[in-house]
Amino acid sequence: MTTALETRTIRLAAMARVEGECGLRLEVRDGRLGDVHFDIYEPPRFFEAFLRGRSLYDLPDITARICGICPVAYQLTSVQAIESALRVEPTPEIRALRRLLYCAEWIQSHALHIYLLQAPDLFGMDSAIALASIQPDLVRRGLELKKIGNDLMRLIGGRSVHPISVCIGGFWKAPQRSELLKFRGRMERALQLSIETATFVSSLKPPEFSANYECVSLFNPEGYGIDNGRIISSSGLDIAVGEFEQVFLEEHVAHSTALHSVRAERGLSYLVGPLSRINLNYSRLSPSARQAADRSGIKWPCFNPYAGIVARAVELVQVCEESLQAIDLYREPDPPRIDYTVRAAEGCAATEAPRGLLYHRYRINDQGLVQSARIVSPTGQNCRRIEDDLRLLVSGILDRTDAEIVNACEKMVRNYDPCISCSTHALRVQFIRR
Amino acid sequence: MGANGKPRLAVFKLASCDGCQLQILNLEDELLDIASEVTICNFLEASSRILDGPYDVTLVEGSVTTEHDIERLRDIRRKSQTLITMGACANAGGIQALRNLQDTDEYTRAIYANPSYIHSLSQSTPVAAHVTVDFAINGCPISRGQLLQVVTALLNGQHPKLPTYSVCVECKRNGAVCVLVSRRIACIGPITQAGCGALCPTSGRGCFGCYGPMESANPDSLCSKMTARGIPRDEILRLLNGYTGWAEEFRSAREKLEKAAI
Repeated sequence: MTTALETRTIRLAAMARVEGECGLRLEVRDGRLGDVHFDIYEPPRFFEAFLRGRSLYDLPDITARICGICPVAYQLTSVQAIESALRVEPTPEIRALRRLLYCAEWIQSHALHIYLLQAPDLFGMDSAIALASIQPDLVRRGLELKKIGNDLMRLIGGRSVHPISVCIGGFWKAPQRSELLKFRGRMERALQLSIETATFVSSLKPPEFSANYECVSLFNPEGYGIDNGRIISSSGLDIAVGEFEQVFLEEHVAHSTALHSVRAERGLSYLVGPLSRINLNYSRLSPSARQAADRSGIKWPCFNPYAGIVARAVELVQVCEESLQAIDLYREPDPPRIDYTVRAAEGCAATEAPRGLLYHRYRINDQGLVQSARIVSPTGQNCRRIEDDLRLLVSGILDRTDAEIVNACEKMVRNYDPCISCSTHALRVQFIRR
Repeated sequence: MGANGKPRLAVFKLASCDGCQLQILNLEDELLDIASEVTICNFLEASSRILDGPYDVTLVEGSVTTEHDIERLRDIRRKSQTLITMGACANAGGIQALRNLQDTDEYTRAIYANPSYIHSLSQSTPVAAHVTVDFAINGCPISRGQLLQVVTALLNGQHPKLPTYSVCVECKRNGAVCVLVSRRIACIGPITQAGCGALCPTSGRGCFGCYGPMESANPDSLCSKMTARGIPRDEILRLLNGYTGWAEEFRSAREKLEKAAI
């Protein structure tokens, strides 16, 4: 236990049950909380640098390798950025199939986070494997749901980690209608499991916590913000994707190989991810997802990060219900991809990765070679917000032991489902020196 | 073996996308059964329980890109009875090895505002460049089927075995028409190790070498065949300089092709 005027450093070398490698460092000076560092030491991989000189044909395959958990987010954002640059307009059939593939990725990623990464916290266990010894049905439900998401990704993309079917203009190969219809029964099952998931997470009372978030997400009147739309915020921001870089800046800080994003005008943090999306897209939820949101006992908009797990579950219902409908309406895109002419151009796109807003911008030359690339990941955008939340959290519990504080911090960080691999793809910077 | 008689398993990550260790968690039907046969000592992505070595079986994902990771890897090797590498990063340096022929300092300056904060080696190298590797599972990502085969073999005290033939064999098995012969599409399937099930050629596109060079590959012969079919040299070079491009066989084929053009 600590006394009021103690000076100490609380460290967690390596955080578990997050994707990628990160730690924490908290400085307490004279009984008061000083620096709070969410350390990201995962080595940088320099994607934006080595993309220069590569052909635009390689972009969806190479950018997928930024993240094994959300490769489709990277593939679709990169192809849409190039299509915007070259003024390529994929057919509605191609768009619908892409959105279905994206939904499948959300299913596996959200199920992974809820059941394998976060659920152990709820029961005080180390892992889902340990949790299975006391809650076998719960863990099996999570695995079954995750598998349905992965299998749908395989059906459309060939494999679930780094699918191979996405290309600029459409798909290398699109599944046959009969193949997707055969999957319908499993998607019905997924919808049922997702509703059970929402019921389960809604039965848990999230710890009290409230912060003054600026929530940021895509918004599209035509449907839940996933694959395109304008960027809006809970503070009234409403911009086209092309204005992203004027409104959001990235900073480089010493303790992180991920760049931290802030709002340009005041240098403040903002929040992306499921909680922001539901807060801003509540009116666009599908009927079952709306029902799950309303039955959760949470009043939306919600600014409690511990309710993130409920937001994620509501989104599971959303994407399962949407997938079911997309399967029913599916028409094979014919041709599977549309032709385009390469020329010197620049374009950008933003989509909602499972963890939040993802932005790409590319400039290509008349040979179709990449001249510059800029990729802003959801976790990079949330880093500063995570530190702000940790500061709020720890200030209130300084009288606890180091171990208790670290444990509380880990749980807080897991609310964000951070993906460190994504955030350290590394980067091209506009920065403000600290 | 641990006190409970179960093999002690560890999973470590270096520079990578997490996709190969995710393939462990993607064994949804088998995960709990496998977990009941081992003691998981270190698998940060899945468990917050950390037990120090020794480990009977260690799986390593990712490439080596920092001094710190070299030290970490040596320590892991010292504690591991059997060390198995997973995926293109661990086995060939991964896509991030594209920087190996470039100036990393320039990269860091181009990208990070404060280059002095960044500690990165000039090259991304495979695990085997630093420590002895007992067995390698290839792929970008690794295949769940191959992972399962290797883990099952080890749990049964057998030496794991995976196919050493090329993607071509899988194409024939799928009844897929050769994209190189019939459509003159650049494809390095003939020199790439099997494992993916010939996903790309079966979808009408050329193989880009996720699984790395097959045993006794002959890249030079393939390069001249592709050239004879009118495939531009740049396109061949691009395919050879991908996810496993730093593998010796692909690298030297590229060098020869570049020299031949001068």
